[in-house]
Amino acid sequence: MTLDVSQFVGVFLEESFEGLDLMEAGLLQFNEDDPEAVNSIFRAAHSIKGGAGTFGFREVSDFTHGAETLLDQIRQGERPMNREISDTLLCAVDCIRDMLRAASDGGEADTARLLETRAAIENLLGTPPAEAAGQDAVQDAEQAAAACGWRIVFKPHADMMKTGNDPLRLIAELERFGPLSVKTRADALPSLSDMEPEACHLHWEIELQATADEAELRAVFDWVEDECELRLESLGASSDAPLPAPAGGRPDTGGTPAVAARPAESARRNDASSIRVAVEKVDSLVNLVGELVITQSMLNQVGNANGEFDVAQVERLREGLGQLERQTRELQEGVMGIRMLPISFVFSRFPRVVRDMAGALGKSVELRMEGEETELDKGLIEKLADPLTHLVRNAIDHGIESAEQRVAAGKPAAGQISLKAYHQGGNIVVEVADDGAGLNREKLLAKAASQGLPVSDSMPDRDVWALIFAAGFSTAEKVTDISGRGVGMDVVRRNIEAVNGRVEIDSAPGQGTHIILRLPLTLAILDGMSVHVGDQTYILPLTAILESIQPSTEQLGTVGGVGRVVHLRGDYLPLIALHETFGVEPKARRPEDGIVIITAASDGRAALLVDGLGAQHQVVIKSLETNYRKVPGISGATIMGDGKVAMILDVDMLLRLRHMH
Amino acid sequence: MAKILAVDDSASMRQMLAFTLQHAGHEVREADNGKAALDAAQAGAVDLVISDVNMPVMDGITLVKSLRGLPAFRFTPILLLTTESSPEKKSEGKAAGATGWIVKPFNPDQLLATVQRVLG
Repeated sequence: MTLDVSQFVGVFLEESFEGLDLMEAGLLQFNEDDPEAVNSIFRAAHSIKGGAGTFGFREVSDFTHGAETLLDQIRQGERPMNREISDTLLCAVDCIRDMLRAASDGGEADTARLLETRAAIENLLGTPPAEAAGQDAVQDAEQAAAACGWRIVFKPHADMMKTGNDPLRLIAELERFGPLSVKTRADALPSLSDMEPEACHLHWEIELQATADEAELRAVFDWVEDECELRLESLGASSDAPLPAPAGGRPDTGGTPAVAARPAESARRNDASSIRVAVEKVDSLVNLVGELVITQSMLNQVGNANGEFDVAQVERLREGLGQLERQTRELQEGVMGIRMLPISFVFSRFPRVVRDMAGALGKSVELRMEGEETELDKGLIEKLADPLTHLVRNAIDHGIESAEQRVAAGKPAAGQISLKAYHQGGNIVVEVADDGAGLNREKLLAKAASQGLPVSDSMPDRDVWALIFAAGFSTAEKVTDISGRGVGMDVVRRNIEAVNGRVEIDSAPGQGTHIILRLPLTLAILDGMSVHVGDQTYILPLTAILESIQPSTEQLGTVGGVGRVVHLRGDYLPLIALHETFGVEPKARRPEDGIVIITAASDGRAALLVDGLGAQHQVVIKSLETNYRKVPGISGATIMGDGKVAMILDVDMLLRLRHMH
Repeated sequence: MAKILAVDDSASMRQMLAFTLQHAGHEVREADNGKAALDAAQAGAVDLVISDVNMPVMDGITLVKSLRGLPAFRFTPILLLTTESSPEKKSEGKAAGATGWIVKPFNPDQLLATVQRVLG
């Protein structure tokens, strides 16, 4: 029978990644005086090694072995922790993570780095970097030729049974190798009055007819090696009949572990992501459902009142509906809360990022984090990781000056980077601030002009700072390994906008740069406004709406005879008629008869022409891509209270579509 | 079949143990550290304990010592799951009163063979 354990690979990977995070955090703030901290780092490595072997990730388990040995020596106080060791171990953490990730999504691990880190660990351990594999594979090659039979004298110590080892079981086990003849010796049995019932006073002489080799037989007594006297004598070849073949063939004594089949493949099947939820959250949901059931039965009573409906019941009905509303809202919040994780899931990587980068650049940087417990949607957390990392790296590379420059400017030698997260009016705000040199207005303007971007010297600061988010824009004088390839900040902005968020930037020369990300609480629900075009209803994200007007004929015009514009307080905004974009028969053919909504898009403001405004809604976002296909200008769909489907508009895309036509 | 207490701080290892042992018809209870195992052991009959060595709160060696101190567990087989195949670790476990060990990594067949070996 072979059982398939690949179903546990998903759990194993999940807990291993958690373990690696724990190791990383522990190594970053290593403290000799806290033995439990060392222990927990060691345990994480130990669990990964054991699990990896069991679930078939043999290379991971081999690789982790070195790190585990190092940690064990530190834990035992045989080796002091130092910067070299912690750096090497951090590299090892990366390598293990890399290998597990490669195993789980079928990618390739960075072999060069693996070998390098492995060599570094072996160097620290003082072992020659050789014999990576196969030491245990050919152990029995040099075993002496098997004898034809054995005489075994087995004399357990009196205490042997106290470790749960039963001598009879051991003897029975020998039967697997061939026929036995067993003599029980009671010579040492004391008189009844002296006999201790829990001790073993007997010993055995066993003759075994089998070709098994000595090591195999000794393996049976493996566990009791120190608790018995064991003598094995070869009986030599039998002269008459050939001996019976050993029953059952070679026993599996657990010496050489077999590797489970194709773990990588099975891991890929398990990639459905899962989420861990605090039991209290689930309990409160169960509680709410309980209350809901009570409300339902209360409303049922009102509804099932036999005979005519009593006016006195109206009050109860109202009360019930009120309760229902409250409970539904709480249930919604509770369910959404399940997807919420503390932002520390992203923040936790930054001590490492800052340490590594500051080290590489020879700068001294302190990191401060605030509001790590702020919760946000799991999906958002995943989408936030890359942009935030980029911002932090940028701040260290471009923001923070070298120690000499800082001291010369009268600032402390160590730069400061602060990460802050908090809730603000239904949004999550994440701030990345540094106390570095700040942005240079002249340099930005010159660079923008040289790239052909429309700029003027009179532009307000805010617009100048926003230039760094333009595609392909980089002011780094030399392209460093870390940033400055000019593919950064525009990607940051796009990623944040893709989750309906916004990026703001503020900077003061000599005092630093401050970047603010505003994000919705969740990806699953959107605050929107319904708008009508013909017989269709669309949802416009509230964050995109600035105002709505009923345009007068004088406000409408065309540019170059083609592009229509709306003239609003001195600005000309492009007019997008939704009925044209989506091919719907409108009620208001002329813009004057409809409503124009002024929207804020990343590339500026735009005016959308619709027939009329509906109401403000919280809508549940359904993906159009998974259920149908991607439609330009539409970011998703939702089901309205009346059961109709409404499309959710993507204002940025609508504006870009217009440029294309 | 036998009542087995599986002790490991790693959820995947616990689930794998439980799955394999249950598949072979055993009744399995789980605990995620030595302390929890000790509580579970006192709450109901146990025929065999399989425990990890390195665990938070209470490690496997301490668990073995504590169990051997309980009258009901004087002769109960206790197997330690260990990656340390080094002799010191084994003798430490033995000295505490462990019956034997299962060396990680192991596959389900090896686990069941070892369990079979202890339960007879």
